[in-house]
Amino acid sequence: MKTRRSLIYVLICGILVVLPVFLNAYWVDVLNNVGLYAILALSLNVILGYAGMFHMGHAAFYAIGAYTTAILNTTYHIPVLWLMPLSGLVAGFFALIVARPIIHLRGDYLLIVTIGMVEIVRIALINNVFGITGGANGIFGIARPEFFGFRIRQPHEFFYLIWAFMAVTIYLFHRLENSRFGRALTYLREDDVAAEGSGVNTAHYKLAAFVIGAFWAGMVGTLYAAKMTIIAPESFNFWESVVLFMIVLLGGSGSIPGVILGAFLVVGLPEIFREFATARMMIFGAAMVAMMIFRTEGILPPQPRKYPPVGELLADEAKP
Amino acid sequence: MEQFFQQLTNGLAVGGIYALIALGYTMVYGVLKLINFAHGDLFTIGAYLGLTLLTSLGLADRLGPLGAVLLLAVMVMGLVAIIGAMLERIAYRPLRESPRLSAVVSALGASIFFQNAVMLIYGARFRVYPHDILPKIAVNIFGLQIPLIRILMLLTSVLLMVALYLFIQRTKIGTAIRAAAIDQGAARLMGIDVDKVIMIVFLIGPSLGGAAGLMVGLYYGQINFTMGWVYGLKAFTAAILGGIGNIPGAMVGGILLGVIEALGAAYISIAWKDAIAFCVLILILIVRPTGLLGERVAEKV
Amino acid sequence: MSLLQLDKVTKTFGGLKAVDNVSCTVERGSIVGLIGPNGAGKTTIFNLITGNYRPDQGDIRFEERSVIKLPTHLIVALGIARTFQTIRLFQKLSALENVLAGCHCRMHAGALAAMARLPFQRREERKALELALGELRFVGLGQQADQMAANLSYGNQRLLEIARALATQPRLIILDEPAGGMNDQETAALVELIRSIRDRGVTVLLIEHDMSLVMKVCEQIVVVEYGSKIAEGDPAAIKQNPRVIEAYLGTDEE
Repeated sequence: MKTRRSLIYVLICGILVVLPVFLNAYWVDVLNNVGLYAILALSLNVILGYAGMFHMGHAAFYAIGAYTTAILNTTYHIPVLWLMPLSGLVAGFFALIVARPIIHLRGDYLLIVTIGMVEIVRIALINNVFGITGGANGIFGIARPEFFGFRIRQPHEFFYLIWAFMAVTIYLFHRLENSRFGRALTYLREDDVAAEGSGVNTAHYKLAAFVIGAFWAGMVGTLYAAKMTIIAPESFNFWESVVLFMIVLLGGSGSIPGVILGAFLVVGLPEIFREFATARMMIFGAAMVAMMIFRTEGILPPQPRKYPPVGELLADEAKP
Repeated sequence: MEQFFQQLTNGLAVGGIYALIALGYTMVYGVLKLINFAHGDLFTIGAYLGLTLLTSLGLADRLGPLGAVLLLAVMVMGLVAIIGAMLERIAYRPLRESPRLSAVVSALGASIFFQNAVMLIYGARFRVYPHDILPKIAVNIFGLQIPLIRILMLLTSVLLMVALYLFIQRTKIGTAIRAAAIDQGAARLMGIDVDKVIMIVFLIGPSLGGAAGLMVGLYYGQINFTMGWVYGLKAFTAAILGGIGNIPGAMVGGILLGVIEALGAAYISIAWKDAIAFCVLILILIVRPTGLLGERVAEKV
Repeated sequence: MSLLQLDKVTKTFGGLKAVDNVSCTVERGSIVGLIGPNGAGKTTIFNLITGNYRPDQGDIRFEERSVIKLPTHLIVALGIARTFQTIRLFQKLSALENVLAGCHCRMHAGALAAMARLPFQRREERKALELALGELRFVGLGQQADQMAANLSYGNQRLLEIARALATQPRLIILDEPAGGMNDQETAALVELIRSIRDRGVTVLLIEHDMSLVMKVCEQIVVVEYGSKIAEGDPAAIKQNPRVIEAYLGTDEE
C-alpha cells in the first residue's frame, strides 16, 4: 500500500517534469495558474484545513505580498526573488496584527470578519492608500525574476519556478502536518476547549496558523506579481478568496494531495471545457453541489497520521 | 440638515432591503446553522423575474401602477419561494448530517449555478427596469421633498417585517420554527415535523429576498446578474451585526447598516463606503462577539 | 503546605451563586472526593480550578501560587490536569494521538523545528510517542492505540481521557465523574487505577456520584450543596454527618 502510493507520487512528479515539453504556451500557463492556486490553497489549508478556522479572506494576504513586491521592485529595483521572503514577512506581520483581535470569534462570525478584511484591503488598494498602490489601475512594470543571470519570462520557464516552489511547499507542509505543531492545530480544530484543557495554547496556535498561512500566501503574491508584471486590486477580490476556500473543501480539507487535486478541478477543469463557453460555469456550480453530496469530506480526505507501529517501538525499547 | 435627512431616509430605505435579505440568511441559519450563500442569488432572481413579468404581461396598463406592483410582488415572492424550496430539497437536505462546511460549499456551488443561469438567460449586461411604472413624485414631509418610491419601499419592508414577526411570534408554525432553531432534536421529540419547518423557512426567506430584488429593480432602475453577491454580502453582514439566528437582530442590523453606509458615504468618503460598513462590523464584533442582539452564551465546559 | 488551596471562592452566573464562599484544601498525595447533589456546583469548582472560569471572589492557590488569573494551558503546564464530565476526546483521532495531546505541553519544537526536522525535534517526538504509549498501557488501552477514539466503548473513552490527562505529567489530576457510564467490572478496575495513579505520586481530586466508589477510594471528602460547602472529613465521618444525610435523603418534614 505504502509503496504503491509513493510509486504514484513519483509517476505524477515525472509527468509534471516533462509535461511542458508537450504543451503549448497556453496550456502551460493554465498549469502555472493551477500551481499558484494550489500553493495558495495549501497555505489556506493550514488555517482552514488543519486548524479548522473559517477564513474566507485569504486573498488579502496574497494581495499584500504581491503589492509589497510590486512597490519595492518598481521603486527600489530590488530583484524579485529576493523580495519573496520579505513579501511573506510583510503579509505575515499584517496577519499577526489583524488576526489578533478576531481569532476568538466563533465559526461564522470569523468568516464574515475575514470577508470584511479582504474587502477593506481591496478598497484600500483602489483608493491608493498611502499614495503607493496606484489606485484602481494598480502597478505595472514589475521585473521578471532572475536566477543566476537567467531571466525567467516564458510560461514554461515559470512552470518550473512555480512547481519547484510547490515541491518545497509540499515537503515543508508535510513535515509541519506530522509534528507537534500540526497536531496542535488538529486538536484545536476537533475541540478547542479540550485542546486548551490538555495544555495546548490555543490562542497562540490559532494566531500562528494565520501567520504561517499569510506568510506563504505573501510569497505566492511575489510569484504572481513577477509572472503578470502588472497587478491591480481586482485580482484580489472576495471571489478569489471564495475560490481558494472551495479548492480546499472540495479537494479534501486538511489533505495536501486533496488540496492540489482541488486546484486542478476548480482552476483547470473550467479551462478544459472552454468550448462549452458560457454554460460551463453553470454546470460547474451544479457539479460542486453534486460533489459535496456524494463526497462530503472532499475528494481526497486526509489520511490519519502515521506513527511507527507499536511493536516496532517496543522492539526499540528492548535494544540497549 | 436637508442633506442629512435625505441621506437618512435613503439609508433607511436601503437598510430595509438589507433587512429583508438578512432575514432569509438569519432564518435559515437559525434552523440549519448554515450560511445559505445562494440566498443573494435568489434575490437576483427575484429582480429578474420581476423584470420579465413586468415587461411581458403589461400589468401596468390593466391594473394601474400600484395594483401592478402589488400583483407583481405577490407573483415574484411566490416564484422565488418555490425556487428556494427546491434549492433546499436538492442541495441542502442530503447534506443535513454532513460536516457544516460541506453544506457551505454546496451553497457556494448553488450560487455559482444560479448566477450563471441568470447570465445565460438574460445576458451579462445591465438590464433596465421600465421607469414609468411608479409615478416619479416626491412627497413633502416636514418640508423635506422625499421621493414617493423611497417611502413606499420603507413602508413595504416594515410591513413585511411586522408580518413576519407576528407570524413567528403568534402562530403555531412560528412557534415550531423558534423551537427548531433552539434545539432541533428536542423539537423533533416534541412532535414537530422539522423537515416541514425547514421547508417553510426556505419558502419565507427566499420570498422576502425576492421581494427585495423587485424593490431594488424599481428603486435603482437597473439590475445585473452579479448584484446578488454585493447585496447578499451586505445583508449577511447585517445578519451577523444583529446576531445571526436572531430575527429582530436581522431587522435592526439591516436598517443600521443601510443608515451607516448612507451617512458614511455622505460625510466620510464615498470611495470608502463599503469599507466603512465592514469596519463597523469588525469593531462591533470585537466588543460583542455574538452581534448586537445575539445571546451571550457562557461556554459550556 | 497543601498542594491545592481554595480560599473563599465565589462564582455567580447572572444572579445565581453557583459557588458560594467555598474554602478547602487538597493535601499532597491524597485522594479527595467532591460530592453533592446535582447542580450543587461541583463541576463549576473544577472549572474554576482549571481556569475555564474566573472566580468573582476568593483565591485558588496551587503549590502556593495563585492560578486564578492564568489561562487554562498554563495551569496545565503548572501541573493540574483534568478530565471532562461530558467526555471531550478528539473523536476522529486515534487513541494514541489523543494522548499525544497531553504530551504537548512538555514538548518544545515549534513550526520551524518541525519544518527543518531538527535532531532535537525528532528525539522529542520519539520520547513523546513512548510516553503516550506508556500512559495508554497504564490505563489498559495499550492494544487500542490505533483505534479512533469515537470507536472506543464509553468506559474506555473515560480511561483514554485519564491517559491524556496523565500524559501532561501532572501533580494533581482532577477527574469529573470518571465512573459515569461504566459497568461494575469497569468501576472496580477504576478503583485500582485511581489508587495506582496516587501511588505514582499524583494527587487525585474527583467528583463522583457512585457513593460506594467514593467511600472506597477517597481519604478525604468535601460535600457541597447549593454552591456551599456543608461538610468535610474522612468517609466514616461523612457517612455520619447529619447535614450530609439531610442533603442526600431529604428531611422528614418534606
